[in-house]
This record gives sequence, structure tokens and C-alpha cells, in this order.
Amino acid sequence: MTVPAIELKGISKAFGPVQANKDISISVAPGTIHGIIGENGAGKSTLMSILYGFYKADKGEIWINGKKTDIPDSQAAIAAGIGMVFQHFKLVENFTVLENIVLGAEDGGLLAPSLAKARKELKELEEEYELFVDPDKRIDEIGVGMQQRVEILKALYRKAEILILDEPTGVLTPAEADQLFRILDRLRAEGKTIILITHKLREIMEATDTVSVMRRGQMTATVKTAETNPEELAELMVGRKVLLRVDKVPAKPGKPILEIENLRVTDSSGVERVKGIDLTVRAGEIVGIAGVAGNGQSELLEVLGGMRPGSGTVRMNGVPLALSGPGSDGQARRAQGIAHVPEDRQREGLIMDFHAWENVAFGYHRDPAYQRGIFMDNAALRADTERKIEKFDVRPPNGWLAAKNFSGGNQQKIVVAREIERNPDLLLVGQPTRGVDIGAIEFIHKQIVALRDQGKAILLVSVELEEIFSLSDRIAVMFDGHIMGERLPHETDEKELGLLMAGVAGEAA
Amino acid sequence: MDSFLTLIQVLDSTVRLATPLLLACLAGLYSERAGIFDIGLEGKMLMAAFFSAAVAAVTGSVWLGLLAGIAASLVLSALHGLASITFRGNQLISGVAINFLAAGLTVLIAQDWFQQGGRTPSLFAGGRFEPITFPFSEALSGVPIIGPIYSELLSGHSILVYVAFLMVPATWWVLFRTRFGLRLRAVGENPAAVDTAGVSVVGLRYAAVAICGVLCGIAGAYLATGLQAGFVKDMTAGRGFIALAALIFAKWRPWHAMWACLLFGLLQAVALRFQNIDLGGVVIPVQAMDALPYILTVVILAGFVGKAIPPKAGGEPYVKER
Amino acid sequence: MDKMPKWADVILIPLISLILAAILSTLVILAIGENPVEAVNLMVTGALGSTYGWGYTLYYATNFMFTGLAVAVAFHARLFNIGGEGQAMLGGLGVAMVCLYVPWPHWSIALLAAMAAAMLFGAAWAAIPAYLQAKRGSHIVITTIMFNFIAAALLNYMLVNVMRPAGSQDPATARFPEAVHLPTLHEILAPIGINFSKAAPANISLIVALLACVVVWALIWRTRLGYEIRAYGHSETGAVYAGISPVRITIVAMLISGALAGLMAINNVMGEAERLVMNSTEGAGFIGIAVALMGRSHPFGVFLAAILFGFLYQGGAELALWTSIPRELIVVIQALVILFTGALDNMVRMPLEKLFLALRKEAN
Repeated sequence: MTVPAIELKGISKAFGPVQANKDISISVAPGTIHGIIGENGAGKSTLMSILYGFYKADKGEIWINGKKTDIPDSQAAIAAGIGMVFQHFKLVENFTVLENIVLGAEDGGLLAPSLAKARKELKELEEEYELFVDPDKRIDEIGVGMQQRVEILKALYRKAEILILDEPTGVLTPAEADQLFRILDRLRAEGKTIILITHKLREIMEATDTVSVMRRGQMTATVKTAETNPEELAELMVGRKVLLRVDKVPAKPGKPILEIENLRVTDSSGVERVKGIDLTVRAGEIVGIAGVAGNGQSELLEVLGGMRPGSGTVRMNGVPLALSGPGSDGQARRAQGIAHVPEDRQREGLIMDFHAWENVAFGYHRDPAYQRGIFMDNAALRADTERKIEKFDVRPPNGWLAAKNFSGGNQQKIVVAREIERNPDLLLVGQPTRGVDIGAIEFIHKQIVALRDQGKAILLVSVELEEIFSLSDRIAVMFDGHIMGERLPHETDEKELGLLMAGVAGEAA
Repeated sequence: MDSFLTLIQVLDSTVRLATPLLLACLAGLYSERAGIFDIGLEGKMLMAAFFSAAVAAVTGSVWLGLLAGIAASLVLSALHGLASITFRGNQLISGVAINFLAAGLTVLIAQDWFQQGGRTPSLFAGGRFEPITFPFSEALSGVPIIGPIYSELLSGHSILVYVAFLMVPATWWVLFRTRFGLRLRAVGENPAAVDTAGVSVVGLRYAAVAICGVLCGIAGAYLATGLQAGFVKDMTAGRGFIALAALIFAKWRPWHAMWACLLFGLLQAVALRFQNIDLGGVVIPVQAMDALPYILTVVILAGFVGKAIPPKAGGEPYVKER
Repeated sequence: MDKMPKWADVILIPLISLILAAILSTLVILAIGENPVEAVNLMVTGALGSTYGWGYTLYYATNFMFTGLAVAVAFHARLFNIGGEGQAMLGGLGVAMVCLYVPWPHWSIALLAAMAAAMLFGAAWAAIPAYLQAKRGSHIVITTIMFNFIAAALLNYMLVNVMRPAGSQDPATARFPEAVHLPTLHEILAPIGINFSKAAPANISLIVALLACVVVWALIWRTRLGYEIRAYGHSETGAVYAGISPVRITIVAMLISGALAGLMAINNVMGEAERLVMNSTEGAGFIGIAVALMGRSHPFGVFLAAILFGFLYQGGAELALWTSIPRELIVVIQALVILFTGALDNMVRMPLEKLFLALRKEAN
């Protein structure tokens, strides 16, 4: 019996009244890849942050290579041979790759010798693990895949024997993800121990030796990957059978509601994000936009929702929309029958410090129904809120609660209720179920399908392929600001979409 | 020849007036490069000016005065650190509070100690920083052009003036050639990167704020014991804000900071010497000269002359996130 | 869940901050060898012990209500307007022009015109920083500081070179005509049988200030514009999503803020001095910061905090008169209030939140 590389014994951690981790124990053998899977908010990241010294556990012990180890800060974690690649990279953007790698691991007060030594060692590491990067490029000049390599190299430069990766594929194309997994294989072959945190079943099945499942802060099972299957893991994750497909009748697309021709979007730093796309959404259909995050989908939604300027032609019910200047803001869009469930409900869709009843008017606060003379008719607003809370089963059913005091699912229900109840001709939906619990996902999906069945047009953007498959009547794939192709869900599969998402064109758009 | 001498005199006065600006500007540079905005430069300078003058007056030693000024400025720096680093408060509000605290306390204590209506007694020899005369400056002063430049402009300033200008290359070297500088710049751009690399964000930021305190202390001491001979109420007269303006002007870079401070120093020197300037019938009132540094800063801030982009994490308290 | 009840946030935290500021001020008084109990006694009798004292307290409070509301409105849009001082100076310029250059038949019409001018000038002085923030991203804190200095230079120029009466050495305008004299509290209260001090400067502007509190409250919490200002203040991306223009809200909020700060001039210039002098604002623009912070940016809180600072100001003046404590003590207290209620808010808040959490756990 080998000594485990990492052993956690009875770890508990609470944030105020929220119990993020509850009596968690795991043991990871050296030279293996151990997966930790669970829904958003299950407590995976908290657990790993404890292991990396970011948080202090309320209870429990950490054992590294058979020795009880205290990890009060990141310094201690690094000293114990632990390296971490965070979901959001921790790199200084206007520093070079080399400076980022050296930062915090310098050899003396002067910079020049440290940099020279790091340059030499980096070369050796690169060759050993086949992790090539240009040390003199600045971080803001290289892509996310490369940035992730820098993070891995940072850990290896600090002599990490244990490497934790938190949702590492969220920003990668399927091809880049495959490349990452080859690197992980290589690291394992060299004897490193790897913990892979993800909410994607496919990655667990492909990459790991053993897997632990977390649900609501607790560890529900640890099994050998070879002895389990995705269905079993999914059930362990959510606690019951998951409805992977939404029940819906075939769509009956009608007349075109939204017609996009040669739409281009340039962001504030001058980078072209959407590079001339054409797309039509008809009444009574859901068009899903698939793609890896950051390929222009967000910008597409934001232009249509009036949140940023663009150029080209967009017609709504045959009428051209202003894409910049006066008449192109969110108010104008709403007046033209476009409702918008934004990608980020906490930063965009809701004002977290406003009461629920104030949020129910958000974006529609100039609606005459909410006015009385020069004042806002708060009584009417509150009555309206009560109706929506009941219809959409928002819990707790209390309109006076601030938005921040609802769970993610119930926050999203408030947004969806507000937008769908306007009875729009076109609904824009971005990441409708990100950070939403399973129960609310089902409910929200049903509402979207119901709106479609009333003959409304829906444009859905999601990075979850599963969601795209289960909701869409037609799928368009975006890569690097282009639409790579359109497919019907029953005529394609994840593999083909994955290729399109990676920019490998099936048919040039 | 007459106008050449006038020019030399104005430039000489420019160097003197630019010195407190430069020290305060570099002070702000350290702090803001580490991600801590500091609009309390004015207050720290004022506090240092008072304590340096007070201690120099009482002990007769300008050096003890300098130390006292630095110590007083450091106390306010610690307060700013406590509010903006430890308790993650609003850095701007903290700066405002520090300015008022200094404005009030200096007069309060001055009145209590010296009963001269909020000023210190005038400082005499020993209580002031004396000019340092360069070798041969007497002999060379007769040489045309070079003579006045050497003996009037370069020679004859107090030691703190030379310290201030030497701080410019020193700051550049620390910032771009040392481990500390790398970490300091990193913590102002992305503190999370520093934290996960196992370096204390809090420690770095306190270090930066402390350096800022020391430099503001020297700036204040120079005002009261070098430029003038004693403390009077509100003697900083907005110099902390002009330094802040110079920092923005310089886009947070040491060498540029020096040029910006010299420019603003020149404006002050011209306003001092000429009062209302008559330009062929059109009189530029002295108030316009007074307002010019502020107007220039607004113009720079408006981005009509190159955009000033502050350190990315500036002004934001660092909160660990998952 | 909220970490603690709302009353604790609104009442307990400002109260504790105030007590901390008071304790430190006491220490300062002790350190300069004075008796704090005696000092407080002097302040209370001086500021509240007579209608004369009240008259000054309310006069100062009137100033602070205007500047406090100005800072508060900007705070709601997450804008930190440090330029209240300069905006109030410009307001004074507007009032002086209206009072001096137009022959008014009656004070009431003159007051309305002066209010309009004060607001217009104050708003105009806030407009450039507002525009630069909204359109060019120039940090409004820095630009408004710069505009304070520019305002001082401008006022200096106007008083020395333009508006100074011939033959006068004093950098000030001529006295306003008798017709624009505003009724003081003495004149207002005498007809209903209340004998209020004749010498005190409190005047009808106090009522305008109270009305301004009510109007700002209605604006922020009851109108569409207030809704948009608050929404923008909480989340800029949210505002963009909802079709609320950040440019428009930034400019409008700053114009309102500048107008409120400028409005102060009807009190100090028209009501009290009855001419425009250098440094007529006496730092009231900055005290507005402390008042808004302490009042939690709510008009009612601003009202209470303004009264408190009015008391401190008048009490401080009395102290300076009868003891060797200079008026600058008030500046120290003001600094401490800003420090505790603004910058060190978390120092008070974090232990309290822990306390309430523990209490709640116990209750469960």
C-alpha cells in the first residue's frame, strides 16, 4: 500500500450561514489523476482553495505524503509541493511570460539573475513536458490556451508534485482541451499527482483514474473511473435521475422575426469580435448558438440587446434596427419587442441590492403602467411582482427581499419571469442555467419552450453543449466571430459540433 | 545678458519649487503603482512640514526635524494603510479624511505648543537645511553661460533638493530592476497573481504605502526647513494635489514624473516672479498662472494629450475570491 | 441572507462611528490640556443654550444640508463629488450677480432668481468634470479637486479685478441692496409671538434647505430618474443592460449635485453676508462629504448630520472664543467622522456582523 500523495480528513468550512464543505475526506494515490465532479456551487472550488491555503478550514486535517501538514497560506501550499491552476488565470497581463513565472519565486533581490536562471530552467521544463511557450511574449499577446500553459509552468517551476486544475477546459476549444489532457497524461507519467475539478462528465470519463462526487458541500462517493459510467455519476451529482432531454414537440417555424446580415461588432479595445455574420430566427423556433466562450456569442447577444454598438443590417419583424447611436439602446430594443435574459444575471440582469419588486421593473421602469404622474407607482409594481413570484414559483415568495438574498435559481426565475411576461416577439437568452440548480433548470427550460410554442422567436446562447442540444430546433456554431455552420440537432452530434467549435469548417459560412 | 540671468534665476527657483512636488509625486508613484490611490499626499506633507519645523525649532537640529517629519507622515500612511488595506475601505475617502486630519491637527498642536496663531517660530541657522555650494562655483561664476548655470542653477541648493532628483533614477531602478519592484508593479496590476504566487499582498502594499510616507515626509520637511523657514498654517497650499496631477501627467513613470514636476515648478516660479504678465497689451492675471497646473491636469485627464491609464488594480481593495 | 438587520446598518454603525470619533476628539482635547467636559458644556450652551446659538447652529446646518445633499445625490450614482466647495463658490458668484446687477422689487422674487442663478452656476461648474467623466473616463475625484482650485482662482480674479467697488481695498463685492435682504428667523418668528435672536444669521434659506431634503428624497426614491440613478450607482453593466445611459446619468446626477451645492449660496451669501467675499464657503463643501457619509446618503440622515455639524461648528466657534482651543478642532472632528463612517466603515462593520451572526446561530 503506497502512502497517499494527498489525504483530506474531515474538512469542514462555513461562510457565514452557508456550509460550503461538510466533513469531507478523500485520499489520492501518487501518480494518478483524480477527478472531483459536482454541480456549480457544490463546494469543489472551496475545497481546493483550502488545500491551496486560500481559505482556512474550520475543521479537519490535510496530510501530504503521509505527513500532517498545515497550510495557512499559498506560501505553505507551494512549499508542500502543491500547484494550482485557477479557473480565472492569475497572471499579470502586462508582464512577460518569464516575469510571470518568476514572480514570487525569484532567487534574490536583483531581477536580472533570476530571469536568466528562469529562462534556462524553463527551457528544460518545456522540453521535458512538451509545453512550449515564448518566454518574452506579454500575457496579453498570447491566447488563453497558452496562458494556461504558463500557469502550469508556473507550478512546475515551483517544483510542484501535486497539481490542481480548477475547471481547466471552460475557456478551451475541444481540441485545446484534448491537448491539455495529453499534457496531463505526460505529467502523470512523470510521477505527478493531479486533481482535476470539473462539472463535465466527459472529461472525468476520459482523463481520470479515480473520481469523487460532491453534492451540496458533501462528498457523496469516490469510485474508480473504470468501474462507473456517466449516468451513475450524474445521478450521484444531482441526487436523482436527470432529465437530459426537454420534452417538446417539433417546432413549426413561421415567418422570419429576426434577420441578421453581415453583422460586425468591434469591442472598446478595437478588437473585432463578430466578423460579419448572417442569421435568421423565425417565429416559433429556438435557434441555439454553440461555441467556446469568447468567440463572439456574448457580443452578438449584447448588440441585439442594445448593450453595445455594431454595424451591418439587423431587421426585426422586417424593420431595420439602429445598431449604434440614438435608438440603439436597451430601451429602444424593448420597445421593438425584444426581451433579453442576459448572460450574467448578477452584473446585468438584476441590481443585487434592489428589492425583488424593484428588479421586476428593471429595464421596463419607464413602462406607463408603472407610473403615476411624475412618480413611479410602487404599489402597482409590488402587485405585479406578487403575481410573477407566484406564477414562477420564486422562493422565498417575498418581494421585499433584496435580489442578492435569493439563490441563483430563484434570481434567474425573477429575470426570466420579467422578460417572458412581457410577451416579446423575440427572446434573447444567454447562459440561462449557469449556476442554477437542477430543479430551476427544468422549470426555466420549460418556460422557454412554452414561449416558443406560442409562436415566439428565441435566440439562445449557451456554452453547455447539452443545453444547446436539448433546447434548440436549429444550431449555429460560432468560432472566432464567424458562424461556422448551421446544423439540425437530430442530424449532428457532439463530435461534429466540437470540430466546428474548434474552427474546423464543415461548410464555410 | 540681463534676460539670461533672469532666466537662470527663474530656473533656479523652478528647481526649488519642483522639489517638494517631485518628492510627493514619487511618493504617490510608489503607492499607486502598488494599487493604493493616495489623495492624502497633501495631508502627509503638511503634517511632516509642521513636525519637522516644530522639532527643528525646539531642538535646533534640522536633522531631528527631518526625522520627526518623516515619522509624522508615516503615522498618517499607516492610517491610510489600515483603512485601505486592512479594512478594505474606500481609498479616496480615506485620503480626504487624512487631509482634513492634518489640516486640523497641525494648527491645533501648533497653537498648543507655540501660541503663535498656528505657526511655528521662525527657524534660524541649524534649524534649516543650508545650501550646499559646489566646489569652484565662486571661481566659475564669471564664465559666460556655463558659469551661471553651474554656480546658480546647479550649485547652492539644500541637500534635500539633490536627494529628490537622485530619487528619480533610484525609483526607476527599484521599480524595473529589482525583485521588490517586480512584485510592487504586479500587485498594482493583479494582486491575485501575487497572492497565489505565495507573496503577501498586504505586506507589499504596506511597504509601498510606507515608502510613500517617507517621501512625503521629506517633501514636507523640505517645505518648512528648506524652502521656507518655519511652518505656517496650510503651507502646502495644494502642492499635494499638484503632485498628484504631475503623477497623472507622467503616467506613473519616474522620469516623466521629474519632467512634469519641473514643468509645474516652472509655472509656479513664473507666477511668483512676474505676477500679472503683460503680453503686448493683453494682461494675463496672476490668478490664471495659479490655476494653470490644475487646468493642464484636467486637459491631460481629458485625454486630449495622450490617455493616462492608471495601474489596473488601483483603488480596488484586494478581496480573495475563489 | 443579510448579515445583519437593517436598523443596525442604518443606525447602529453610524452611531458607533460617531462615538469612536467623539472618543478620539476627547483624547485630542485632553492632549492639548483642556477639560473635555467643560469643552462640551461650552459647546452645548454656546450652540444650543440660546436662540442666538440656535440661530448660528441652524445657519451652519442650512449650508451643510445643501452640500450634504449634493454629495449624497452623487454618491447614489457612485460618483464622488469632492467639488462641492468650488460649486458653492460659483453659486455665490451667481447670487452676487443677480443681487447686484438687477433691481429687485421684493426679496421673494429676488430669492427665486438667486436660487435659479446659484443652481445654474453650481451645475455649470460640475458640468465639465461630469462630461469628462462620462465621455472620456477622466476620474471625477481628481477633476473636481482641480476645479475647486480653479474656482478659487476665478473667484479671486472676479473679486479683485472685476466686482470690487472702486476705492475699496477689500477683495469683496459691494453690499447687496436692502430690497434683497432675506427674512431672518427673528423676522419670521416675531409675528407669531416667538422671540428669536435678532443677531443670528439663520434665515428663510433654512426652509428652502428642508424643502430640498424632501425634494431629493422624492427624486431618489420615488421617481424614474432616481430609480435610474440608483440602478446605475449599483451596477453600470446593469444600467447598460436596462437601457439606462451611463453618460446621461453621470451628467444629470452631477448637474443636480452641483446645483444643490451652488444653492448653498442663498444662505451664506444672500442670507448672511449680503455681499460676496473671498472664502465665503468656509469649507462647507467639504463638510458635505462628512454629512453625506454619516447620513448614509439618505436625505433624512443628511438632515440629522447637518444639524449635528451645525452644532459642532457653532460650538467650535464658541470654544475658540472662550478657550485656547482653535476652531480647527472642528476640522479634526470632521476628519474623524469621515474616517470612521467612510474609510474605516469595515472596522466597525465586520465585528458587528460577526456578533449578529453569532446571535442568530444562538437563536436557531
